[in-house]
Amino acid sequence: MTAKLTSTPTGAAAAPPRPGPDPKRPGEALFRGLATGAGILILVILALVAGFLLIQGSPALFADPAKLASQGYGEFVSWVLPYVWGTVWAALLALLLAVPIAIGIALFISHYAPRRLAQPLGYLIDLLAAVPSVVFGLWGSLVLAPAMLPLFTTLNTHLGFIPLFAGQVSGTGRTILTAAIVLATMVLPIITSLCREVFLQAPRLHEEAALALGATRWEMVKMAVLPFARPGIIAAVMLGLGRALGETMAVTMLLSGSRNLTFELLTSQNPNTIAAVIAQNFPEAFGLKTNQLIAAGLVLFLITLAVNSVARWIVSRRAQYSGAN
Amino acid sequence: MSIKPIAVAALVTAAALAFTGCATNEAGSAGTGTTSGAQTLTGVGASSQKAAQEKWVADFQSKNSSITVNYSPDGSGAGRSAFIAGAAAFAGSDRPLKDEEMGAGKFAGCAADSNALNLPVYISPIAVIYNLEGVTDLALDPATVAGIFAGKITKWNDPAIVATNPGAKLPDTAITAVHRSDDSGTTNNFTDTLNKLAPDVWTEKASDTFPAAFGGEAANGTSGVVQAVTGGTGTIGYADASAAGKLGKASIVVNGKPLQPTAEAAAAILDHSKTVAGRDANDLAYSLDRTSEGVYPAVLVSYAIVCQTYKDPAVGALVKNYVGYLASADGQKAAADAAGSAPLSADLQAKVKTALDSVK
Repeated sequence: MTAKLTSTPTGAAAAPPRPGPDPKRPGEALFRGLATGAGILILVILALVAGFLLIQGSPALFADPAKLASQGYGEFVSWVLPYVWGTVWAALLALLLAVPIAIGIALFISHYAPRRLAQPLGYLIDLLAAVPSVVFGLWGSLVLAPAMLPLFTTLNTHLGFIPLFAGQVSGTGRTILTAAIVLATMVLPIITSLCREVFLQAPRLHEEAALALGATRWEMVKMAVLPFARPGIIAAVMLGLGRALGETMAVTMLLSGSRNLTFELLTSQNPNTIAAVIAQNFPEAFGLKTNQLIAAGLVLFLITLAVNSVARWIVSRRAQYSGAN
Repeated sequence: MSIKPIAVAALVTAAALAFTGCATNEAGSAGTGTTSGAQTLTGVGASSQKAAQEKWVADFQSKNSSITVNYSPDGSGAGRSAFIAGAAAFAGSDRPLKDEEMGAGKFAGCAADSNALNLPVYISPIAVIYNLEGVTDLALDPATVAGIFAGKITKWNDPAIVATNPGAKLPDTAITAVHRSDDSGTTNNFTDTLNKLAPDVWTEKASDTFPAAFGGEAANGTSGVVQAVTGGTGTIGYADASAAGKLGKASIVVNGKPLQPTAEAAAAILDHSKTVAGRDANDLAYSLDRTSEGVYPAVLVSYAIVCQTYKDPAVGALVKNYVGYLASADGQKAAADAAGSAPLSADLQAKVKTALDSVK
């Protein structure tokens, strides 16, 4: 006990701040090993998933297009491209709807709401994240889609000259716009709770300084909170995007998906998402079709990987002048 | 940094693991089925038979407690390839084996000189379901049905629909035609019907996948189609008649007579169809004649595919026993109650029994 107490200050003064494993403390070495192992485990899992997708998908990736046309779903690139578009398009629409609302809710909870209201509201938002996606799918197809029909018809008759709202309106409301609204509801809690945490960490002194200089509350948020939180917001949005890209069940259940590239939001002919295509076709697929669906999974894996890398890059670039330092 | 080499090593081991993992998987899946004991019967095949097979398995096992029957509804294609590979003792399939798929010695689970037998066990009418306010009775001729699902007839008050429904108040509403987004035998039989009865309008061949060129709304599975039709306005779709629920079922006009998708009108199709020529007398593969008088044309006929002679006689006995039950009056009634299928006619039940008696 005494030996440790005396040795620590001298050691800390002489050695660099991060000491290596100390042979005298087996606990330290053990914990270091466990933490490293956990870190490596993530790499192993990722590599296993990527390896599985590559190996099982490669027969379709390298197959002769003619063979793929007869035994699979058709030539790979032209087959998968509309689904790539559908995946990205649905996720982008969802973010477009969800991000402003999520930031609004988070700001309300962190800076506007009285404390007695803020806490239960935060719990409620977190609860929304616990609703299973199959329930969202049921709600979307049974309640939301029919309810959206009048709005879709109005949009189409009055704003039909905009390409987004053009075309023949679907008679069931099971369009990509409905899917995007459901996806937005699903990513809302993720983005909201992350943003709330970041907003709460904005330096109190900056906020008080802004208020003392005569800023209104909105000006204070604009000058002291948002610049500080920007990398956090971006990270939150990217996490939400990852969820929206990979969401399967809800889209499978409520989207009238087909294989075409279109911007139209209200028609029956919506580009399907990769995850939904796999879920719909895998049960009856065999032989080369299975390989082709797994190859589509590999494409989805690469898209999410790219999204996450871009997010990392943006966060690291913005961190330097975020105002936090 | 001492972590880098560790990470690299981890990646290498991971890749190695991925390779070995895959290899063991493949070996495992090839071995299943052949290793199953004589008292376990394995069937793989059509998901259309799923509800009926669940009932059949439950009933059969309660009578024969020492026998375990496994039917996995992985799809017709998966069933046929499992049967060919010998991984399943029998296959459930929404179509019989084609001539080029038949042949002695082509089936791993059968004896070297044995061909396969296609036996119909499950008949289900496919209803054209619709949801249109104010219309409770709708009759459509095949060309109109084809026009609607091909996206050529787009309004409910189209002259083609008015022609067969003179009394109905048809609104000026757009038609939303709902099809299956997943591959299915229902789609195959429905598109085959349209192709046979209205070849000028329905130019695509029969296919498990709904032809993308015709557009329309897609929904996942039978329940998805029924639910999309129920929830929409001016919608029409196709699904097993038993799944239609409260939705209106359109009559299809064949030879001037409107026919509802009833069990009798559906089962009659096999009495009017001929078996595929050039096959063994006991092979009951039918080429469906969807144009006969009094026959509801959109019918799904699902088969049990078995060996003439099994490599393992014990398996052959089990198959005879089980498939015999499926095609019996009891079995057909059980399926009609549980899955809403159309029972085989007594004549056909006898034919299937004769065929099964020849199985060794």
